Amino acid sequence: MTHPDISEPSGHSGAQAIKTTAGRSIFVRRPFFTAALLVALGYVLASVFAPWITPYSPVAQSIDAMMKPPSVAHPLGTDSYGKDILSRVIFGARYALAIGFFSVLIGATGGLVVGLAAGLSGGWVEWVLMRLIDSILALPSLILAVAFIAILGQGVDKVIIAVGLSLIGPFARTVRADVMQVRVQLFVEAAHLMSIPRLKVIWRHILPNVIFPLAVQVTIRISEAILVSSSLSFLGIGVTPPTPDWGLMIAEGRAFVSFAPWMSAMPGFALALLLIALSIVGDGVREEFDPKLRRGA
Amino acid sequence: MLLHALARIGQTLAVLFVVSVASFGLLKLAPGDPVQIMLGSEYSPEAYESLVAEMGLDQPFLVQYAHWALNFVQGDWGTSFVAHTDIFTHAFKEALPVTLTLASFSLAFAILIGVPLGVLSAVKKDTAFDAGAAVFALTGTAFPSFLLGILLIWFFGVKLGLFPVMGYVSPWQDFWTGIYHIILPSLTLSTYFIAMITRLTRATLIEVLEQPYIAAARARGEPNWRVIWVHGVRNIAMPLVTILGLQLGVLLQGTVLTETVFNLPGIGQMLTSAVLGREYAVVQAGVMMTATLFIGVNLLVDLSYPLLDPRLRDRK
Repeated sequence: MTHPDISEPSGHSGAQAIKTTAGRSIFVRRPFFTAALLVALGYVLASVFAPWITPYSPVAQSIDAMMKPPSVAHPLGTDSYGKDILSRVIFGARYALAIGFFSVLIGATGGLVVGLAAGLSGGWVEWVLMRLIDSILALPSLILAVAFIAILGQGVDKVIIAVGLSLIGPFARTVRADVMQVRVQLFVEAAHLMSIPRLKVIWRHILPNVIFPLAVQVTIRISEAILVSSSLSFLGIGVTPPTPDWGLMIAEGRAFVSFAPWMSAMPGFALALLLIALSIVGDGVREEFDPKLRRGA
Repeated sequence: MLLHALARIGQTLAVLFVVSVASFGLLKLAPGDPVQIMLGSEYSPEAYESLVAEMGLDQPFLVQYAHWALNFVQGDWGTSFVAHTDIFTHAFKEALPVTLTLASFSLAFAILIGVPLGVLSAVKKDTAFDAGAAVFALTGTAFPSFLLGILLIWFFGVKLGLFPVMGYVSPWQDFWTGIYHIILPSLTLSTYFIAMITRLTRATLIEVLEQPYIAAARARGEPNWRVIWVHGVRNIAMPLVTILGLQLGVLLQGTVLTETVFNLPGIGQMLTSAVLGREYAVVQAGVMMTATLFIGVNLLVDLSYPLLDPRLRDRK
């Protein structure tokens, strides 16, 4: 689910707030942001060191330990094949973060190209590109990803591409808006007047002013990418079993919810905690670095 | 104003055109040769050629598109080759009403709960209630809906046995049974929107309450509830309708997941099984319906502004 682009009314005291708080670090000023960032870093560490910190193999099955509730041997219980859920949840972080990161990379790159083209061209090219962006945005990212999956097939790489392509629309829209603001600035006009080649103006003057807001968008959209990819897996059309993917694990546990609720709940809470942490981090980054959204203190 | 409306309608048609070309292209890009699939494993080259000609596959892309679009508008969406049913009947007359029912109940829940919650936290700004609502709003917007659905099934369905956990009964046929079946799915789907509307209502209302006309209303001695619910809430209608229009896509994709969690026979289930069965025509139908719905509602939202805000009525 996308995070709402709610443009909350910007405060009037924004400039003052910067002055008075400029000396203090963002980590001191925003304790929730710091805590959320630590949680997110914890996920990154867990996924990097997954093979060393997991007690079992994520795909090892065991007939003796099928659907066991959480215990000392299996802190988060086991699933219907006797696979250790803790180990699968930790390895699942790898897939979630990797899919989220790479699909956002695809979306941001594609969005940068389309958004630059739409913002810099004029006339009918711009009109056509804008209608193209509008029509990508007319489909919710999950539905769009489902359509791409229909063509591409299933698997981790296919999910990354499908989710990445479906994110181009929102990225392109924000890039275009930024380009429109930059291209009317005096320094761009001055560069044109000095007959500096067009491509060089784009590279030296427009791109640097677009990249930073794009980076802010990237941090915000990673959680959306993770949610869409795990939704695909939950629907059974994303990553294929026995990959330890959270969405897939939640779907597998759904059938056993009446007597083994931990099967869905454990990976589910892992996903929910990561999404909430990323959403707090994203909000913090956006409020801190996006002057358009800066609220009064 | 009329000119503005016409321009918007023109844009909408252009977007619909692009979406339809793209979703027609989806069918063309899809792996597998439809003629081969129809003929089976053994066929003569002549039979192949004649079927290609019969299906119009030897025509240029745009001619094929025009042919398809004409059929689509007339409700001829082809036949599902797995279930051997008419896709239009299945998608439009059976699946779409389920999805729309779920979506409208969720939207009603979201507005009926979200707006009062947001108003209360704006009025009680910086109290414990406000903080609690903020935590709920943050968790609610980030929490995956399919997990929430499973947790609700486990708690209300399995532990308490209060609600049915599966199945669908149309509220238009049997109202109370239908409501009974749709409550848990709607609650699942609406949580995100309740949280979002709470956040939005709070933020907007705080701004509105600082406006001079609110001070004027208070100065006239109007009771507090009237100041807030009449003068205040009326002025949050516009941003609320705008955001709801833009978030309709999220609502539609939420129905896909919620339908899967609760086994409701809507567009979501149709899409998922179509992808698994490689039924591209059905995927196409689902994509077209979703996009048309989204584009149409946003056009309505845009055209409704003059109704919500009299200041826009004489906009040139």
